[in-house]
Amino acid sequence: MHFEFKVEGGNFSRAGFPSSEVKKRLKQLNVDGSVIKRTVVALYEAEVNIVAHAYSGVISVDIDAGKIIITLADEGPGIPDIRKAMEIGYSTATPEVREMGFGAGMGLSNMNSNADKLEITSEVGKGTTVVITNYFHE
Amino acid sequence: MMKIKDVVALLDGSVITGIENNESSVDMAFASDLMSDVLTVKTDNLLLLTGLVNVQAIRTAEMSDITCVVFVRNKRVTEEMTTVARENRITIIQSPYSMYKASGILFEAGIQPVY
Ligand SMILES: Nc1ncnc2c1ncn2[C@@H]1O[C@H](COP(=O)(O)OP(=O)(O)OP(=O)(O)O)[C@@H](O)[C@H]1O
Ligand SMILES: [Mg+2]
Repeated sequence: MHFEFKVEGGNFSRAGFPSSEVKKRLKQLNVDGSVIKRTVVALYEAEVNIVAHAYSGVISVDIDAGKIIITLADEGPGIPDIRKAMEIGYSTATPEVREMGFGAGMGLSNMNSNADKLEITSEVGKGTTVVITNYFHE
Repeated sequence: MMKIKDVVALLDGSVITGIENNESSVDMAFASDLMSDVLTVKTDNLLLLTGLVNVQAIRTAEMSDITCVVFVRNKRVTEEMTTVARENRITIIQSPYSMYKASGILFEAGIQPVY
């Protein structure tokens, strides 16, 4: 199963819609509840990062019998130092983002702990791609 | 563990969505305006107390399997928020109390903290 969503930078009121749809699909497929939670938390964090830090993005979701692979590719400023960005507390979020309840520099490390596999690649001035892979069984 | 209807009574609250969940229970509670932090909590069946009134608070609850959200200081809940909450069977409670008072009351009544 393959499906895609577009994400608009700055549009906080729509943020969460793709994560919500993925949650519904995984429930229909009877995926274990704790796997669903880890997957949608990681996805939602990644989605909010596009909304908060980038200009636009596309989320592609691929589901097969054993796993879900989610690719979030954005056009945006990119991340100059991914290792530093992963540190808890590191954030370049604007005051507007903080007012929305985000911008504590906790998202990337939380994605790391909720994804079985997390791959981040980024090019400064171009954009960032995040790939989340979660397996349905141990 | 406490029934949602008892939470409502203790917080002098009104139920905005999810009145059908009145008899279900919550195990633990977490109070925060920082959704980044709420998203790191692994506990299921959690009650969230927050002063952050926007649709992202409800989305955060949805992704984290939080069944009940208490908005303190009677902040106005928007229609967008109630729509998302209803879709996900999330109970929204409005309480006139401050975060400090509401948390204190629930803590004293035996709802366990996460940390
Ligand atoms: N898609 C992205 N494009 C550009 N920069 C990003 C992107 N994702 C993360 N970053 C950078 O990495 C930093 C850390 O990201 P992280 O998600 O950990 O924290 P945050 O988004 O700032 O706050 P939080 O996730 O706690 O709400 C961001 O502040 C930003 O500088
Ligand atoms: Mg983030």
